[in-house]
Amino acid sequence: MQLDSKIPEGPLAEKWDKCRFSNKLVNPANKRKYEVIIVGTGLAGASAAATLGELGYNVKSFCIQDSPRRAHSIAAQGGINAAKNYQNDGDSIFRLFYDTVKGGDFRAREANVYRLAQVANNIIDQCVAQGVPFAREYGGTLANRSFGGAQVSRTFYARGQTGQQLLLGAYTAMMRQVAAGKVKMYTRREMMDLVVVDGVTKGIICRNLITGEIEKYSAHAVVLATGGYGNVYYLSTNAMASNVTAAWRAYKRGAGFANPCFVQIHPTCIPVHGDFQSKLTLMSESLRNDGRVWVPKNPGDNRKAADIPLEDRDYYLERKYPSFGNLVPRDVASRNAKDACDQGKGVGETKLGVYLDFSDAIKRDGLDVIMRKYGNLFHMYQKITDSDPTKEPMMIYPAIHYTMGGLWVDYNLMTTIPGLYATGECNFSDHGANRLGASALMQGLADGYFVLPYTIGNYLATVPPVATNTNDPAFETVANEVKEQTNKLLKNTKSGKAGQTVDHYHRELGKVMWDNCGMARNKEGLTLAINKIPEIRAEFWENVTVPGSGQELNQSLERAGRVADFLEFGELLARDALAREESCGGHFREESQTEENEAKRDDANFSHAAVWEYKGQGTTPVMHKEPLTFEYVTPSQRSYK
Amino acid sequence: MASKTINIIVKIWRQNGPLAKGAFEEHALKDISTDSSFLEMIDVLNEWLTRKGQEPIAFDHDCREGICGMCGAVVNGTAHGPDKETTLCQLHMRRFKNGDTIIIEPFRSQGFPVVKDLIVDRSALDRIIQAGGYVSVNTGSPQDGNSILIPQHVAEQAMDAAACIGCGACAAACPNGTPMLFLGAKVSQFALLPQGHAEAKKRAIAMVLQMDKDGFGNCGNERECENVCPKGISIRNIARLNREFLKASFSIDY
Repeated sequence: MQLDSKIPEGPLAEKWDKCRFSNKLVNPANKRKYEVIIVGTGLAGASAAATLGELGYNVKSFCIQDSPRRAHSIAAQGGINAAKNYQNDGDSIFRLFYDTVKGGDFRAREANVYRLAQVANNIIDQCVAQGVPFAREYGGTLANRSFGGAQVSRTFYARGQTGQQLLLGAYTAMMRQVAAGKVKMYTRREMMDLVVVDGVTKGIICRNLITGEIEKYSAHAVVLATGGYGNVYYLSTNAMASNVTAAWRAYKRGAGFANPCFVQIHPTCIPVHGDFQSKLTLMSESLRNDGRVWVPKNPGDNRKAADIPLEDRDYYLERKYPSFGNLVPRDVASRNAKDACDQGKGVGETKLGVYLDFSDAIKRDGLDVIMRKYGNLFHMYQKITDSDPTKEPMMIYPAIHYTMGGLWVDYNLMTTIPGLYATGECNFSDHGANRLGASALMQGLADGYFVLPYTIGNYLATVPPVATNTNDPAFETVANEVKEQTNKLLKNTKSGKAGQTVDHYHRELGKVMWDNCGMARNKEGLTLAINKIPEIRAEFWENVTVPGSGQELNQSLERAGRVADFLEFGELLARDALAREESCGGHFREESQTEENEAKRDDANFSHAAVWEYKGQGTTPVMHKEPLTFEYVTPSQRSYK
Repeated sequence: MASKTINIIVKIWRQNGPLAKGAFEEHALKDISTDSSFLEMIDVLNEWLTRKGQEPIAFDHDCREGICGMCGAVVNGTAHGPDKETTLCQLHMRRFKNGDTIIIEPFRSQGFPVVKDLIVDRSALDRIIQAGGYVSVNTGSPQDGNSILIPQHVAEQAMDAAACIGCGACAAACPNGTPMLFLGAKVSQFALLPQGHAEAKKRAIAMVLQMDKDGFGNCGNERECENVCPKGISIRNIARLNREFLKASFSIDY
């Protein structure tokens, strides 16, 4: 596997300009002769579909839900970063770049992150032009708030529904292209596999989720904007249908998978309540602007929050990190919550929770002001927990939230398979080992509106503008493999064998992942996971019960296919975590910590992206390294003290 | 968060396809945690059906945090169930009592054919947006965001309307089966914001025409939509839609 990052030469600030200038262009009259498949309609997918449609390409857009507007970007709450410096607080493109590289614990490419910071301002302007109702000051100018890992106020927001509003902006732009005939929308389709002919991407195989039919689609290029793999842990803040299948199938067809062990555990989620819990709910990080995190000073203190006097409380983030306080990055906040609970200071029924307290903010600013900022989040919290955060402190605990790892892509967002691109959370490119808050929306839209539309032309210009088709026998072969897998999943139902449900195996996998590849990892646990996961996988294929048939709407079958891929992917995640014998960002190896229990990087040995190459079923995958060099930011021990 | 468990009976709609005949199916469920969500209760039922070798209930759901708009069913006669401003996924079992019978049906409207069990086809909502629910601006280099000043109260009003999640409960609750609250919310968002003004007339007319084409009825001011809307969207948005539509009808100049 050749890893050529294709980073343009020259000074950091000129690289993107240089790339755009040296890229080949597709003649406007020829654009209509090219077809592009985009899988996924979240921020990265919908923005790319709209933009490529506007440019004149023919886009085929696929989503698993009933409407492209359901994609999980919609659930992002807090905001989107940009270096507008509207607050005059010293922000700049370089500072946004610096904060993002540092926040990612120096495990991202400088050139990619700088480009992200450069185009971020355009995103805000573009979204305003689309009619996204961002929060405004009284005078009518755009409002900002602060987010973790930054000391400037650069986050733009639309109440606690920023993801929804940005996604609806991209969705409506895409719907406009559907009406114009430039985007053809395929809803309730799940990509089951990728078709590669002579090493080049030719199309995809989908399952029509209504009829069960296996369908073939061809194009000159394929873009995967299929999100992250957090659901490998079973419980996460991801939507129920979020899955790794498209990315995993691409990996098995030859795309490198980078840094799968970089998983973000979000510090402010509602704690787990019971065995039948199906998902975890995030409470936006923006709450840490006004909420103060604390636990009882003494382990086993069972008094109600209100009865614990100030001297018996430990505001541990403010104590340990005086300059960033409650706004330390997510990985730091999560690990500290775990530490507090490990010391027996956890709160709530399960003792796996810490307080996030708004009483001081309400006293300072008044209930009205706090409700205007966080009303919908308080409302959601009360719905779920039956407790009013304006009267008693919220209880929060970390949960799997975002995955920084993903398909390896070069500077042009192309994977190691020519013609296959990956954008948004699906790729690995911009967040290193930890993503800062309000940067996911920024990256998804940067990739879709402002990066991919330029870089994909450079590839298409080298492909003859002749109509594509699905006649190549490879399409039939791959479709047959998909059908075979479906039959295999349904075999126990056909034979009447009583087995376990899909969710049973998913929960088992999730437990192994959370216990051994969660907030703290060590060699012993990871080795155990690598041995245990194949056992669960074998049992799954032996005993899983999937009712119904493959020729109809069958939600059990949909889930079974996704879990089957998670059962393979989880092992790769554990392998990557085992190989990375350092702590960085969201990846905390207990063997590698400072005296103060902070993550200790090992730049001499691990300043690289670990890229895994598939070598066939039952064969250990091979790891390649893309070295990371830092010319503009000197890697240092991250300090938020 | 003191949890307890309840026993309930659910009568749930089963229907194999758009043209198949549907019927209620009754199941007794034991030891349902009151901390679990309504959809987690259906998960429990589905696990149990699967173990018995029966087909689980098909239902749409995704984010389970009340924002994607994918879930929805009529619970005891009310779209999204008894709690105000709450999607089905955010309804919790503590709202029910031990021994309750819960009747669960799909969203019903002329424009939402049943796909299977509780799943309905809401693609008409996408078609209504395609007719004009956007600002026609290509990706490129628009003016600086702060060059369009929008007073805070206007931005807030636009956001109130933009909060619509496109679940379709409004059409399911309406005696005329119309999603005019959905439509009114989108038209209002753009009618309130300066960015939407250039296409305001065209938009109002095109979106209403598409709604008619998809077989939905018209608003009769029953206000059932507002009552069930999980995002608290006000019927004033339908009034604004009507004003926009009327204004456009008299003065459209394309």
